[in-house]
Amino acid sequence: MKINVWGCRGSLPSPDPENYKYGGNTSCVQVIEGDTCIILDGGSGIQRLGKQLGPEIKEIHILLTHLHIDHTMGLGFFLPLYNPNVIVHLWGPSATVEPLLQRLRRYFSAPLFPVRLNELPRHPIIHEVDDSEFEIGGVKIRSTYVCHPGPTLGYRLSTGNSVFAYIPDHELSLGSPNFPNEPEWTSGYEIAKDADLLFHDAEYTAEEYATKIGWGHSSIEDAIEFARLCRVKKLALFHHDPMNSDLRLESMFQECTRNSKLDFEVELCAEGNTYDL
Amino acid sequence: MAAQPLELILGRQFGDSLSMPVFLVDPKGNLLFYNEPAEEILGLRFGETGSMKVEEWSTVFKPTDIDGNPLPPEGLPLVQTLGTQKPAHGSFYIDNLKGERVLITVTAFPIVGRPDRYLGAMAMFWKSPLV
Repeated sequence: MKINVWGCRGSLPSPDPENYKYGGNTSCVQVIEGDTCIILDGGSGIQRLGKQLGPEIKEIHILLTHLHIDHTMGLGFFLPLYNPNVIVHLWGPSATVEPLLQRLRRYFSAPLFPVRLNELPRHPIIHEVDDSEFEIGGVKIRSTYVCHPGPTLGYRLSTGNSVFAYIPDHELSLGSPNFPNEPEWTSGYEIAKDADLLFHDAEYTAEEYATKIGWGHSSIEDAIEFARLCRVKKLALFHHDPMNSDLRLESMFQECTRNSKLDFEVELCAEGNTYDL
Repeated sequence: MAAQPLELILGRQFGDSLSMPVFLVDPKGNLLFYNEPAEEILGLRFGETGSMKVEEWSTVFKPTDIDGNPLPPEGLPLVQTLGTQKPAHGSFYIDNLKGERVLITVTAFPIVGRPDRYLGAMAMFWKSPLV
């Protein structure tokens, strides 16, 4: 399983020169397993990914964690959607009342966007998932609702013995009364346990989080404790605050990990990173 | 141990935050959590009991009707909700483990997650004045 990062910024694209190292595009991660092409989220990073996909790619699966704008804003600029020779599947979370198709149409319609879904040369195939298990190509996928405003999924992708867990937007402390001590009562645990690689929300420092409770995101400290609880081998901190420059991200990282004794790898995720599992 | 669904995790957190007594059960009726105000009424600490099966928790408190006749488990609102997946409400006496007879009123409701997943039930109850 090969994983390419096309965007790991949170909330808002921030292509500022001082964000060059970690990147300014919002959530988009490509997972390649043999001929299978899976894309996690359709943030602004998916636009560049779409330009680079070769003509050999005939089928693409986009797995949306949720429909907040930073995870969907790139969809309308994803070139394969305009190529009649490519089948695009859109997977996303079920809601209580409104079908996923209807919720996606809000973006693909006026006043937000000039092209409607049914005007695309080939209508994407819509799949609703909740606490589900399914398979795409050779990749086994598990999805579970996680703690974030609105229906939001985490995804666990497995091939052979390799596991990649993706929970880009997740508020750990809000949903877990005794965090990080009880796996049974920790949102996202089933997605991340024993993963070889975890991408996890780490938008704030603990101090910043205290003023943003309920906004749906986690601190770096909580993300690290979650990774420890889940016994992951490597944690890539994801969903960087658009206000934070490269320098600020690195100083936050050093500050938050200075006193941590870690028996697993932790790093700041950067646009352009690749991982082989 | 498998993690609980998000809705039950948030339900526990919600119950943990309330000053009114709360029970949280899974679809099989296993008592997953009760909060501190519930501990006060029941005379039991959750930390000591942990989760309990329905056969255990529905009898441990010796529920009785107003005349002192034992109430079968299916007479309890929360057990009714587990059976019907509909809200239920009622009042009854319990003899708690402190040896006190307490009149409690209970409202139980099912927990149904997105898109239509039955995940268990929550009961909120409060101590009523003895009549």
